[in-house]
Amino acid sequence: MADKLVVRHLSAYFHAVRALKDISLSFPENHVTAIIGPSGCGKSTLVRCLNRMHEVVAGARAEGEVLLDGEDIYAPGVDPVQIRRRIGMVFQKPTPFPAMSIEDNVAAGLSLNGLRISRAERDRIVEKSLRQAALWDEVKDRLRRPGASLSGGQQQRLCVARALAVEPEVLLMDEPCSALDPISTARIEELLLELKSSYTIVIVTHNMQQAARTADLTAFMYQGDLIEFGETRQIFTNPERRETEDYITGRFG
Amino acid sequence: MAKLEEQNTVQSLGFPRASGIRPTALALDAAAESRPVPVRAKLPRVPRGWAFELCVYGATGAFGALVVGLFIELLWSSRLSIAAFGMSFLWTSEWNPVTNQFGALPFIYGTIVSSTIAILIAGVVGILSGAFLAEFCPQSLSAPLSFVIELLAAVPSVVYGLWGLFILAPVMRDYVEPLLERYLGFLPLFSGTIYGVGMLTAGVILAIMIVPTVTAISRDVMAAIPQTQREAIWALGATRWQSFQMVVLPGARAGVFGACILALGRALGETIATTMVIGNRPAISASLFAPGYSISSVIANEFTEATTQVYLSALIELGLLLFIISVIVNAVARLLLWTIFRPLEN
Repeated sequence: MADKLVVRHLSAYFHAVRALKDISLSFPENHVTAIIGPSGCGKSTLVRCLNRMHEVVAGARAEGEVLLDGEDIYAPGVDPVQIRRRIGMVFQKPTPFPAMSIEDNVAAGLSLNGLRISRAERDRIVEKSLRQAALWDEVKDRLRRPGASLSGGQQQRLCVARALAVEPEVLLMDEPCSALDPISTARIEELLLELKSSYTIVIVTHNMQQAARTADLTAFMYQGDLIEFGETRQIFTNPERRETEDYITGRFG
Repeated sequence: MAKLEEQNTVQSLGFPRASGIRPTALALDAAAESRPVPVRAKLPRVPRGWAFELCVYGATGAFGALVVGLFIELLWSSRLSIAAFGMSFLWTSEWNPVTNQFGALPFIYGTIVSSTIAILIAGVVGILSGAFLAEFCPQSLSAPLSFVIELLAAVPSVVYGLWGLFILAPVMRDYVEPLLERYLGFLPLFSGTIYGVGMLTAGVILAIMIVPTVTAISRDVMAAIPQTQREAIWALGATRWQSFQMVVLPGARAGVFGACILALGRALGETIATTMVIGNRPAISASLFAPGYSISSVIANEFTEATTQVYLSALIELGLLLFIISVIVNAVARLLLWTIFRPLEN
């Protein structure tokens, strides 16, 4: 399996605090990789480093390399805006744009690259993305209603559709289900399995069952270190490290 | 119980970041509307005790009565003028204390035109600088710059007037107005004799005076847009400018509009600075270079020399008109907030 994203010796800082300590791992193409670990272990920081969203916070910086198809996204001269168009992201809390309708929310990313698209093409992409996000049937009759009028689970799927509309190569999901009820969570998980044939997916989760259900590979992080990384089944049934075992058996975290 | 009340107050007054300028109810409403989701949950009524109720309703009632009383008093004191000129007071232009002929049109015109110039300039400058402070400039620079801009609001208006008369008016006369005449002279607005003092100069000095209001409130409502909204659109590959255009400005537009109305209200009533630079000539001229007169200026200038009852009454009627204009502006603004800025609600 080809590696879509390769992280090499990545360290991340908030001012003087080192949140990630020399992380190296790789995310294979068309697979779901889960990142698990207790709160504050650096999982969110890690995914935010993968599309250069870490640095938008004041005082935050990163060192090391992240290779997307072999090219370092932290190399000098690389525009983070261009990187983010190739690596989409879904956040912990649903973030529909309140001033936009459902369809405008989905199409929000389409106009960003400055290219004009026809009305028909736009409608096609909106429908396709909403179908991919398993939301189309629920909203097809009210596309002009505000995005904020949807339920929490629908809003999160709207955000997934919005991320998919710009056709990224990688999809990063930062605890996408933590604010959702079990039914919405199940839908998002189904979605992950459907999407992985065309995307490379990285999901941060607090929920170990979720990682076990959805991920091909799992990384366990603790206090800014990558403790263990391997096939999900192996991590959950036969972990090599003591800390991993303690965490997944619920002894801490 | 006290906690509930406190929460209620904090929510209804939930104005982002304190600024040197006290926002009115309109701007507060506007700021509230610019928030993504209405958060004003209905809290259960809790008993407050009669003393508290009395204070709250008493204070509110007293202010309501004051406004109504003010209106009635103005109406009563201008009865002589109303009886003598009727509605024609509104559209006649003669202002002659010798013959006791009074018409308000030049003053209404002057007030509206100078304030319009002011809000056009201050709106653009204020919104852009508010956006710069909230979105584009580094944090370390934002605080001192905001402080300096808000300091402008603390300068007494007579100081603006003096500065306008001795610095701004000559600059307008020697540089700005000739330039406007050269390039835009084909418009009647920018042709004619250049005096320095006049409608345009008054508009510019008013603009300078109200810019801090627009800037401070625009900055606050823009800064109140949640960071998660910006990050969401950055994650789609938006530049800073695009996130401003697509997320921050649409989210803040109602509040920004409220800021402009608040500033316009101040411009309409501003007296001393306008009086010092508007030229004080009760005439309507197509040219913005020509001297004019505003309602508040004529009241300030002529109140002490109003020797006849009708004269005094006409001046008070002008005050009544200013009051009505302010009410109309605020009412229209509120209407616009309800109709234009809520197309997505239903």
